[in-house]
Amino acid sequence: MDSDMIRSRCTGFLVIENLCHFYGGLTAVDHVSLDVAPGEILCLLGSSGSGKTTLLRLAAGVEQPTSGRILLDGREVAGPHGFVPPEERGVGLVFQDYALFPHMSVLDNVMFGLRHMPRDKARELAMRGLARVGLSHYADKFPQLLSGGEQQRVALARALAPRPRVLLMDEPFSNLDQRLREQVREETVALLRDEGMSAIVVTHDPEEAMQMADRIALMRKGAIVQSGAAEDLYFRPQSLFAARFFCDFNEIAAVIENGSVATPLGVFEAPGQPDGPCIVCIRPQALQFDPPGGGATPATITARRFLGRVDRIKLRVNGIEDEIHARLRDARAFRPGQIVGLSVDTKDVVIFPQAAHAGID
Amino acid sequence: MIFKRTSGLTGFAIASALVAVAVAAPVVSLGLTAAKGSGDLWPHLLAYVLPQAVADTLLLLAGSGALVIVIGALTAWLVTAYDFPGRGLLQWALLLPLAMPTYIIAYAYLDLLHPIGPVQSALRAMLGITSPRGLILPDIRSMGGCILLFGFVLFPYVYLTTRAMFLMQMASLVEVARTLGATRFSIFYSVALPLARPAIAVGASLAMMDALNDIGAAEFLGVRTMTVSIYSTWVNRSNLPGAAQIALIMLALVIALILIERAARRRQSYAGQAQRARRLTPERLRGWRAAGAFAACAVPVLIGFILPAAYLLVEAIARLRFAGLSPAIIAQAGNSMLISAIATLVSLGLGLALAFTARSMRGASSAFILRIASLGYAIPGTVLALGLLGPMALIDDLAFNIGQFFGRNTGLFMSASGAALIYAYVARFLTISTGNIENGLQRLSPSLDHAARTLGETAGGVARRIHLPLISPALAAAALLVFVDCMKELPATLLLRPLNFETLATHLYGEAARGTYEDGALAALAIVFFGLLPIILLGRYGQKSAALAATGAIGAETELSSASAKAAAHG
Repeated sequence: MDSDMIRSRCTGFLVIENLCHFYGGLTAVDHVSLDVAPGEILCLLGSSGSGKTTLLRLAAGVEQPTSGRILLDGREVAGPHGFVPPEERGVGLVFQDYALFPHMSVLDNVMFGLRHMPRDKARELAMRGLARVGLSHYADKFPQLLSGGEQQRVALARALAPRPRVLLMDEPFSNLDQRLREQVREETVALLRDEGMSAIVVTHDPEEAMQMADRIALMRKGAIVQSGAAEDLYFRPQSLFAARFFCDFNEIAAVIENGSVATPLGVFEAPGQPDGPCIVCIRPQALQFDPPGGGATPATITARRFLGRVDRIKLRVNGIEDEIHARLRDARAFRPGQIVGLSVDTKDVVIFPQAAHAGID
Repeated sequence: MIFKRTSGLTGFAIASALVAVAVAAPVVSLGLTAAKGSGDLWPHLLAYVLPQAVADTLLLLAGSGALVIVIGALTAWLVTAYDFPGRGLLQWALLLPLAMPTYIIAYAYLDLLHPIGPVQSALRAMLGITSPRGLILPDIRSMGGCILLFGFVLFPYVYLTTRAMFLMQMASLVEVARTLGATRFSIFYSVALPLARPAIAVGASLAMMDALNDIGAAEFLGVRTMTVSIYSTWVNRSNLPGAAQIALIMLALVIALILIERAARRRQSYAGQAQRARRLTPERLRGWRAAGAFAACAVPVLIGFILPAAYLLVEAIARLRFAGLSPAIIAQAGNSMLISAIATLVSLGLGLALAFTARSMRGASSAFILRIASLGYAIPGTVLALGLLGPMALIDDLAFNIGQFFGRNTGLFMSASGAALIYAYVARFLTISTGNIENGLQRLSPSLDHAARTLGETAGGVARRIHLPLISPALAAAALLVFVDCMKELPATLLLRPLNFETLATHLYGEAARGTYEDGALAALAIVFFGLLPIILLGRYGQKSAALAATGAIGAETELSSASAKAAAHG
């Protein structure tokens, strides 16, 4: 498929330029620049208070930015040249609590955004929208009679019915229980792909972001820390913060000398990094167990916990203050007190200068 | 341990049941009195009194109900959905008319709008008319005038409940509606108003109960409502069974209002689903739109509070300059405060007993007892006073007989001592204290009780050492609300007070009824001052607690909550 064809089938593109927003004295959004291509699903990922929801609300137009610009399909909808209110913007919004109108039937909820067209037509479109989320038979029911997952689907159908340029979703699955969440999430992504809908999804769950997003923008204190494909953020985090957000690393304080770092677990290359204190981050699954002796580092197992697919094993290594943890398959043979030889797969090691440590919450 | 616990609970339960009996007694007695009336009274009542009284009452309720809804819902929407200069102040000031009892606003406007009063004189001067007959304005002493005054003084009930609803759950709904292409204006009709309908119904029914309870205003303004008819049938025609029969019809009306209110509350249950209450971001208005919104909110405050209050202040100062503070009015203020204070203490004590019973034994029977005990707030003062005559006479007889046995003359123990008055106040306002205490208790986690009990504390000990200190703010609020309501109460006071016992309210009524205006303004001002206290408190604790109080009131499901809504509205 060439890009022109994608563009013709997909909905709008959104550009955010140097956006700032202040609440009283608080900086909620701090010089954010971002764009969403037609048909792209972008996840805003961050812990609570990182400004991701505010950014979404600014994009929707329910909040007016302090400075910066937002363009929708090339047209400025917020910025120095004016402000387009949400009702004229053509964006869809799905809330965490779905915000279904409790005094209207499911069908009336979905028809709410279609009032500009003749009733028959609106009805037909709304019914088609409900059919797409598999809820035609609930058309005349009231939303509070539906289960959480069904309400979520009604909210989605309602937001999509007027064919918005971009769909904005604020933690849309967080009110669903674990099992249901996976399923509804997959259905939602399939529907968005099918419609070619551009979307921004706010979430605090890195796994959810990785499952849904074409691109993830990781936010912290109102700013974007790093953005890119899930693999970029996972394998090539540019800061200790980003690294920690996606993985529960073993962190070992050490010193870089002439481009390499010596630790009790071995010597690692740190090409191009200046000399000085650093933190070596090793993924739990990077640790490999061998019989003691040879080139491996001797370590004492202190605990083992069976977690199903993998076992979590805690170990003590001479010269490292904290216990380190490993994740291993088929580890039933190992017992606490046993001594093993550890080796490390270097592709699962990232090294950050110590200075980055100061910026961690 | 187990035995102690059971006995403690039984004590509470018995006390609660007694309270319920005491509150229900007037209603039963009313029925008995009405049944005593011979059939020959009916033709007269049916022909001359009832049709007009019922028609006038219904018209007054419908008219003031409609006005209250329009003013209350509109102002509530304006201050939540829009931002304009003065909004912060008006949000609070819109509650001020609650400090103004209906009989006081009627008293004030009667004089303000009198043909030779300040308003008409100024108008004539402006138009260059010399004779008072030259300018004929619609008379305030009419059904229309009464509806207008009631509307402007009772709308805060609707304003408060509706605004709480808007604050509680509108934000995400309004935002979604906007992204779906609805303007603020169409959102008001298609989303806000339908959603707020239950809250509006609750507020309006509370306002109408107040209107039904009123005796002074309707009488001053020449509207012959059922309350006025009961009063005149009893006092002027000495026809007790006849009065009781009208009272029973009125009670039916009250029950209809309660049913409407409860139905509205049940429908409101869908409002409970909003998980996080995020505030709606108000839209900033500028220029003439801002001025319009300001005016729309300021006018009800002006008419419902500022104008009459200013008038009372000017008149009171003039009176003080002229005659000083008369000993009579000081004595009346003392009477008012003393009797209100006693009634407040009793209400708090009984309220505590009821609320603790409900907390420790959650069952159908305790819920039923609470429901009966909370009925009093809905019974109009006049009806309650009438119903109390029976039980009072019973107790007086009993006391007299016991006195005889010991060779002493007790006289009319209940009627002459003011005990009847306290009985009436407590029966009427008990729900406010119970509701507040219950709300306070509901915020305490049951695990606190369990922790204390497993540490060896008895049920009574938990109440004394854990609950009481923790709910003291709720208790204080309840005390203030009950006290102020007692100070303002007129219809029951008028009928049940001992001979030659005058309170501020009855003094004002007497002067207005005689057409003399001496210390009346002073008495009215004092009552308004007390009425302001809870509202000032509300302003100081700010929006949050106000919304909270109203939210709590709307969230609950029994009649109890109506009283706390009333309490929230009062406070």
